[in-house]
This record gives sequence, structure tokens and C-alpha cells, in this order.
Amino acid sequence: MALKGNLRDFGITQLFNLVHLARKTGALNLEQDGKRATLYFKEGKLIYAAKDKDEKGILNLLYKAGKLTREQVLEIEARSRLKTDKERALLLLNSGYASKRDILECLQKHFLEIVYELFTWQDGRFIFEPDVLPNSDRLTVSIDLANLILEGARRQKEWERLQEEIPDLDMALKFTERPSAKLRNINLTVDEWRVISYINPNNTIRQIAKYNSMSEYEIRKIVYGLLSAGLVELVEPPGRVKKPPLAIPPALQKPPQVSKSLVRRLIDKIRGL
Amino acid sequence: MQAVKIVVTGPFNAGKTEFIRSISEIEVVSTERKITDGARVVKEETTVAMDFGRITVDKDLVLYLFGTPGQKRFDFMWEILSEGMLGFVVMVDSTSPQTFREARYILDVFHRYARTPYVVAANKQDLPDAWPVEDLRIALRLNSKTKVIPCVATDKESVKKVLLELLYLILEMLE
Repeated sequence: MALKGNLRDFGITQLFNLVHLARKTGALNLEQDGKRATLYFKEGKLIYAAKDKDEKGILNLLYKAGKLTREQVLEIEARSRLKTDKERALLLLNSGYASKRDILECLQKHFLEIVYELFTWQDGRFIFEPDVLPNSDRLTVSIDLANLILEGARRQKEWERLQEEIPDLDMALKFTERPSAKLRNINLTVDEWRVISYINPNNTIRQIAKYNSMSEYEIRKIVYGLLSAGLVELVEPPGRVKKPPLAIPPALQKPPQVSKSLVRRLIDKIRGL
Repeated sequence: MQAVKIVVTGPFNAGKTEFIRSISEIEVVSTERKITDGARVVKEETTVAMDFGRITVDKDLVLYLFGTPGQKRFDFMWEILSEGMLGFVVMVDSTSPQTFREARYILDVFHRYARTPYVVAANKQDLPDAWPVEDLRIALRLNSKTKVIPCVATDKESVKKVLLELLYLILEMLE
């Protein structure tokens, strides 16, 4: 039976926790705003990950990691035309260009990069299909989810801290009036400049993110940096209506005093219905 | 005559009204109204104040079942309904993971109202997309001691099982 849902309601940490605790085997497909990722698990361990149908081959990964030269990549490519990653890995081992450890470490790093990015997905559909495994020609690893969840949770904590610092994306920004806050003395990244160019009490942070095609995580991180540097401050945009805070549950009530015989009578009655 | 009550709570469309309807000896006194907002695509009517069912045990004892409104905007009713309850059932739509977080929230709120026993009824287990009970336990962050009972709210035997499990817990607490 496939488990379906939305990350908005059942987050990535919870999903990994479920796979880990229930020692599940299967494929987890995730989709957010046109972005896709597929993760495969075997008995509660991550064995394979791919995103956006962009399955980077082992040669590409090793080359990127500086473990292979361009000539070595071309040579292996020529010898292994139309063959699988598994066969390429075997060629690499036989030719002595890479060790088994290099290959596994590279794959593991690549899969973890994909997975950690997913921890910033706050929304998106998921479907877990039990007992579905990657094709047998794929190179797989075995990554324990306990550490992965811990690291992911740390990253998520960062995300939550950003949410605490900037809880409301419908607030606007304005430049501080302190004379010490001089933009020309500060080195800003391209993305920070893109945000700066839209700062105006009429533009909400959400709108700025939209103009710049940034995710909530990206805009929060940038705005947090600008706030911490004292360059900008949060302001209410004009004509905004505030939402009332959620009611806090009241104090405890005392449970009613009933006898055991009363409960037994209730049990007998319901059994007999 | 002594009257005792059990509260049936849970998110919108979890199956609370059906649960009470399946076991009540009287036609359930329901305060359902036509839905006017976006939730209408899910069902036509929803409980706005409470559902009320009754099981007469004998001439001296009656059990009332109170169903809470599922939509959050009626949560001011929750505290009123929870007063003096023997215990409560948290209904969860097993096919609807988007409601799990709210189910957990409701459970916490009711548990804060009164430290009475409770069980979680994993409803709609007859549907193909239903999450298995053990997965639900993890999803709702329930410990191994919390009883999560598979349920089909339209089936009287299934409803009886949920209520009995709750009563066993109440009895255990008294012993």
C-alpha cells in the first residue's frame, strides 16, 4: 500500500523517521513546484537518491570530486560505451583509476547532498511505494538514517530559527535610518543585491521573494543577514490587518469520580450491543 | 439517574458523526450545517456545535457520546464538551495525512483539558489509501503505550471495539 501525502502536513524528518523505525523498503518520490526527487530505501537505510531525472553518472561524480582526470573519464567512457554505472565502476577498479572507497564515498556524498536539500522543502507531494528498488544496474550504498535525520534536523532547526526570526513574510522592509548603516561599505552577494533593489515599505518579503524567484528559505536567510547587519528593519506594510493569536488551552479540569463497578457496567452494556 | 460521558474528537471529516451514529440508541442529535467555505469539496455538511448520542446502560446509568466540531474555528466548543468526560476518542482519517498534525494538536489540547484516558481510532481502514496503524503511530508521535485501534466508523462492531478499549483503560486507571 503506497503512503501518500504532502510535506506541508508530514515533513521530511517525519518521513525519514517512519522509514527508519519501520525499517521500510521502497521508493519515496517527492515533487515540489516542478522539482522532483526519488529516494530508495532498503530495510530502513538509504541506498540511492536522484533528483530531477538528473542521475549523475559515477564518472561525472568522481571527476567533480577530483578523483579522475578528464583523460581517464574519456578513456573509461570509450571502453564502456552504452554500459551501466556498475560496469564503469568495475572498469575503474580494474584500471586502478579509483578505489572502491573513492567510488562509495563519492556516491554517498552525492546522495546526501540530494537528501539534505530536501530538508528545506516545506511543501510538496510525496508517495512512498513499498518494495520498489532501483534497477539492478545502479550503484547503491547503504546509509544509516539515524545520522542523516540528526543532520537534517540540525539544518531544519536552522530553517526554523530563520522562521522564528522572520515569522511573517507578509511584513515589509525598510532601510534603517542609522547613519552607520552605509551600503557602500558592505560586501553584498548578487542575491543580496537583488533583494536590496526591491526593499520598499510597500513590498512584502513574500513579494520580494516572488520577484526574485527565491524560495522561502533563501529569502529568509538573506533578510536575516540584512537584519543582523542592521541594514534593514521590519515594518508593517500599509493597510495590513493583523490575525488574532491562537487561543491557548485553559487550565486542567479534574477527571470525574466514578467507581470501577460503573465502568464495568458500561463495558458489559457495550459488549452486549 | 447517573449520566457519564465520552467525547469523540478529531479533525474535520475524520468520521466522528458516523462513529456516534453507528452505536447510539437514539437518532444522533446533530448540529450539522451546510459548509460554505473551501471544505465543501470534501463534504457537504459539518458539525458546528456538537453531535450527541446516547447509550442507556440500565435504569440508573446512561452514557452520552459527544462529538466535537472538527473545524478549528469552532474550537471554543472543545473545552465545554470536555468538561467531566470519562475519557476521549481521537478519530483520525487514516487516508488523510494532511490532518495528522491537527489530530496530534487536538489530542494534546484535550489531554491538557483533563488527564483522562484516551484512545486513537484509526478510521477509514477499509479504504485503499489508509495508512497502516503502526505508520500512523509514528506519524502522530504516539508512544508504544497509546492504544491506536483500527476502525471503520460506519461499522458498529468496530465502534464497539474502540469504546471497549477506552473503557478498559479507564478501568485500569481506577485499579
